[in-house]
Amino acid sequence: MTAPLLEVTDLHVRFATPRGDVHAVQGVSLELAQGRTLGIVGESGSGKTVLSRAIMGLLPRHSAAMTGSVRFDGTEILNAPDRQLRKLWGTQIAMVFQDPMTSLNPVQRIGHQITEHVRIHLGVGRDEAKETALSLLMQVGIPSPVERYGSYPHQLSGGMRQRVMIAIALACAPRLLMADEPTTGLDVTVQAQILNLLSTLQRDRQMAMILVTHDLGVVATRTDEIIVMYAGNVVERAPTDVLFREMSMPYTEALLRSMPRISNPSHTRLDSIEGRPPDLINPPAGCPFAPRCPYAQSRCHNEKPPLVEGAVPGHSYACWFPIS
Amino acid sequence: MTDEPDHDPTTKRLGFFFWLCVGFIALVVLLALIANLLPLPDPTFQNYSAPQNAGPGWGHLLGTDDLNRDIFSRLIFGSRVSLVVGFGSALIGMLIGGVPAMISAYRRGRTDTFLNTTSYVLLAFPALIGVIAIGEFWGHQLWKITLVIGIFSAPLIFRVVRASTLSYATRDFVMAAKALGASDRRILAREILPNILPTVVSFGLIVVATLIVLEGTLAFLGLSVPPPTPSWGNMLNEGSSLLAGGKGQTNPWLVIFPAGAMFLLLFSLNVVADRLRSYFDVTEVKL
Repeated sequence: MTAPLLEVTDLHVRFATPRGDVHAVQGVSLELAQGRTLGIVGESGSGKTVLSRAIMGLLPRHSAAMTGSVRFDGTEILNAPDRQLRKLWGTQIAMVFQDPMTSLNPVQRIGHQITEHVRIHLGVGRDEAKETALSLLMQVGIPSPVERYGSYPHQLSGGMRQRVMIAIALACAPRLLMADEPTTGLDVTVQAQILNLLSTLQRDRQMAMILVTHDLGVVATRTDEIIVMYAGNVVERAPTDVLFREMSMPYTEALLRSMPRISNPSHTRLDSIEGRPPDLINPPAGCPFAPRCPYAQSRCHNEKPPLVEGAVPGHSYACWFPIS
Repeated sequence: MTDEPDHDPTTKRLGFFFWLCVGFIALVVLLALIANLLPLPDPTFQNYSAPQNAGPGWGHLLGTDDLNRDIFSRLIFGSRVSLVVGFGSALIGMLIGGVPAMISAYRRGRTDTFLNTTSYVLLAFPALIGVIAIGEFWGHQLWKITLVIGIFSAPLIFRVVRASTLSYATRDFVMAAKALGASDRRILAREILPNILPTVVSFGLIVVATLIVLEGTLAFLGLSVPPPTPSWGNMLNEGSSLLAGGKGQTNPWLVIFPAGAMFLLLFSLNVVADRLRSYFDVTEVKL
């Protein structure tokens, strides 16, 4: 087996705050091979965005302390200087951000934002960069790219802007695409279009992709493997089909239950997870999910369950009393 | 049907008054630039064949002063001092205050804490006294005055540029540019600078106006460019004694013209700065 493209081992991220250290990511390990898609799922504050930014090295250095290891294509990149990371950013690893409304520069025409990026990294001339940009805009499904090339971001809709962001991210053919909640700011019909676009492009280009989301429905059909995060920990990890078949962690089950279903009769009360995620400055001694878990027993409150291998290969979970 | 508005009410216009003020500033700058080419008498020439303390008239457009010099000529040549000090110092302030401010606000960390504290310390120091003291030791040549005033304006500019850079440095598009491999210099020049430019330019014009007043104050106290070189400030100084019967003579024009010119220039600068600020302020037009 060839070495994975991305290998994260025991990654910890701590933020220093006046109240104490916030332990936002607590020992996460994962691998991702070329051409595969990994979904990272969790509610707000579970550490999924911090994890994805830590992998890229985009967290502010003066406030975030990171330990562990992040290897990209065999090279250690955790805590690497910006100078070294800049060679990867854009050309090897690219990122699509959560909010397309704010992630484009408001005072630059979109064509310029693509060509500038292409010209820095690929060292091509003005005309060639423009051609590349137009073909990218076409690939991401922007109607009449020639006219849109000269538009400012505020002249485009949210979905169009996210398409432009994807075009920029893909401009230099990265090997790994990080999509941090790429559809959260968009309405539902556009969400599906953008996700399908990402899947198609990923397949065509044999890219690896990390899809960060709070929506299990988003990752269900578009990923090879899923990591469920809760309070900075990986609580369950499995190939996508296994996860939905043999869900073992009560939190994963609770996440799935809290999704609205079209088959439910009208006015069905939507299940929600009671309580709030734990304080990451003073995390509970036992399982972080225990205070909200319907199945919690005394052991759950006192001892933290390790991530253990399940019956199916590739499936692991952190739970003393897995649901079967 | 027919009473459609002739333009979109959400689009902003700078308006006639704005352009009038721009025109006045441009006129002053133009006259100062081509003053040598104009058919003006030497502003320091004491023409004894001309009348002393004459009012405005045909021979001397704005009259003469008590040393028989042509006021119009002195006004035009005098504007050079105000303009050089005003725009020159502001430019120096932008360079030594604004550029570090952008880097400081973008990088944060210890350098930022240090520079930020320094700017507060310097702001607490009374600029006028500093400029006067340095002038006494170093001299009153135009370039020295400009440089010293520029240095004293730097902390003020630092604060404004730092604040507006901060508000953009953490925006998503800056993070996105970084994640796409843009260098810090490129991010500052291409992502942040165009966004803070409207604020910086309109604030810069107000700084220019303030510095012109500061130079005027110095000149009035006789602590700027020394006579006989004309400047609006020392024209006011010389004229003040003749305002009401000093030296047995009265010539209010000596004060009215330079004071009026300075008033109009400062007023125009402020109007232009204010209109530009609201013109570029996107939040005011967003629906």
